Amino acid sequence: MSEILVLVEHVDGEVKKVTLELLTLARTLGTPSAVWAGPGITPDAKARLAEYGAEKIYVAPAGDIVEYVVAPKAELLAQLVADKSPSAVLVAATAEGKEIAGRLAVKTDSGVITDAVGLGEGFVADQSIFGGGINVQSKVRKGTPIVAVRPNSTAPAPAAGAGAEEEISVALSEAAKAARIVERVKQEKGARPELTEAAIVVSGGRGVGSAENFSIIEELADALGAAVGASRAATDAGWYPHQFQVGQTGKTVSPQLYIAAGISGAIQHRAGMQTAKTIVAINKDPEAPIFELADYGVVGDLHQVVPQLTEEVKKRK
Amino acid sequence: MNIVVCVKQVPDTATERKLRSDDKTLDRDAADGVVNELDEYAVEEALKLKEAHGGEVTVLTMGPGKATETIRKALAMGADKAVHLTDEALHGSDALSTSYAMAQVLKKIGFDLVVLGSESTDARTGVLAAMLAERLGTPQLTLANKVDIEGSSIRIQRLTDYGFDKVEATLPAVVSVVEKINEPRYPSFKGIMAAKKKPVETLAIGDASIDAAQVGLAAAWSEVVDFAAAPPRAAGTVVKDEGDGGEKAAEFLASKKFI
Repeated sequence: MSEILVLVEHVDGEVKKVTLELLTLARTLGTPSAVWAGPGITPDAKARLAEYGAEKIYVAPAGDIVEYVVAPKAELLAQLVADKSPSAVLVAATAEGKEIAGRLAVKTDSGVITDAVGLGEGFVADQSIFGGGINVQSKVRKGTPIVAVRPNSTAPAPAAGAGAEEEISVALSEAAKAARIVERVKQEKGARPELTEAAIVVSGGRGVGSAENFSIIEELADALGAAVGASRAATDAGWYPHQFQVGQTGKTVSPQLYIAAGISGAIQHRAGMQTAKTIVAINKDPEAPIFELADYGVVGDLHQVVPQLTEEVKKRK
Repeated sequence: MNIVVCVKQVPDTATERKLRSDDKTLDRDAADGVVNELDEYAVEEALKLKEAHGGEVTVLTMGPGKATETIRKALAMGADKAVHLTDEALHGSDALSTSYAMAQVLKKIGFDLVVLGSESTDARTGVLAAMLAERLGTPQLTLANKVDIEGSSIRIQRLTDYGFDKVEATLPAVVSVVEKINEPRYPSFKGIMAAKKKPVETLAIGDASIDAAQVGLAAAWSEVVDFAAAPPRAAGTVVKDEGDGGEKAAEFLASKKFI
């Protein structure tokens, strides 16, 4: 079977769930090789990658790979594409993953598909465009298919691979070192999962009413092990930080379960969450368009309904 | 400082958006064209940087004749002049060919700073700024929610999942902005009137040394094989809260094995 490169997303030495999804997906189309960019790989991380099917693990431990914006990772992948001639390269369709894919496409003169929600034979990708209104199948015509796959598109399943490690040295070009990261500022997030890759997202909107009241949303999220999202109305009002905004000008999420509390469901919001597998809406306005999408809707005051739901979730666990 | 701000005309999200059945490209006639929302933030940021540091703001757009509406809006907001790359040969260009064509124009017109929205509301690929930086060999300062320039050095805050990165580079550079960065101004009546007199240069591909074999539908690096309207979501259950709305919702979640 042909080799497929999977760029590993990792934070503090830990492999992110989306990478396990990509390895699982890659196994259906070829033999996955994980690519670890930068220092910090641990025995646990290697074991995890092998557990989900990585036959090889390419490790490029040079520190400067992570000191600059995006370009070094694209350069590393381009070098591997030239050396290993893989049949495809998969990255996570996160903001950075898509940028890496874009630069890699230019470098290798290859087609790129972003935001795939599925990938089949011949690397034909499924996409959901226009806020979920149209389903598209597309494929790359030139070069090595580069596909950015949306988190939560595949259920990760273990199937052991050899996990043979190969160290890669990469000499970065001056151009790749043009935008230096001088400081990383981590903002409060606690133990919640990443918004774009969470299996469950609980979002609050205008109906939440204040920044303080977002604690109601957070408590439900924590009971469910979910990420917290917010509508633009809520982030514009300053009730919740902008990076948690779901919608057209914010993040796109595709979780298994999306709970929208106090969100009317304007088209701009729907564009960011419409591909969720199951949608639950809580809103006191029975005419709110979010109910058209919801698998289950409660017409009522979220300040009553959400805490009660949180209690029930805790009870049943 | 010579600032070029890239804007795109996109179909209005509030209207029905379609693909053409013949060549599977965006149906531009089906919906009203509007300025890509995130590009308005790019225009605003370009204008602010000009106000702080002097220089000139040029609007660059690629698209059919109708895209002049987009240019007019940016000029009415306060941009100084515009370049409109328009050619039938560009129809159906994907992100790779679009970035190639725009990079060719940027090389021709020159720039200290290129500013664009972090993605378009139609294709939402989010790759154009990164591709332009790659093609132009300039620093990539993308997903910025804050931009500061001092002399020839530029610093941004790059939005990340965990907060933000402080990033620095030297001009010339490519910057993409997120919506958080500013509040775009509304064009004033005076601005709208003044925009009518501002110069708009129209370029065909030959005017910017763009190779016809690298652009358009036939040259695209990827293709849409098939498409169909997404099946409508089946109508769900909606209950009225009678004091047990949370419990009922919990029952639903339990029935779906979420709890």
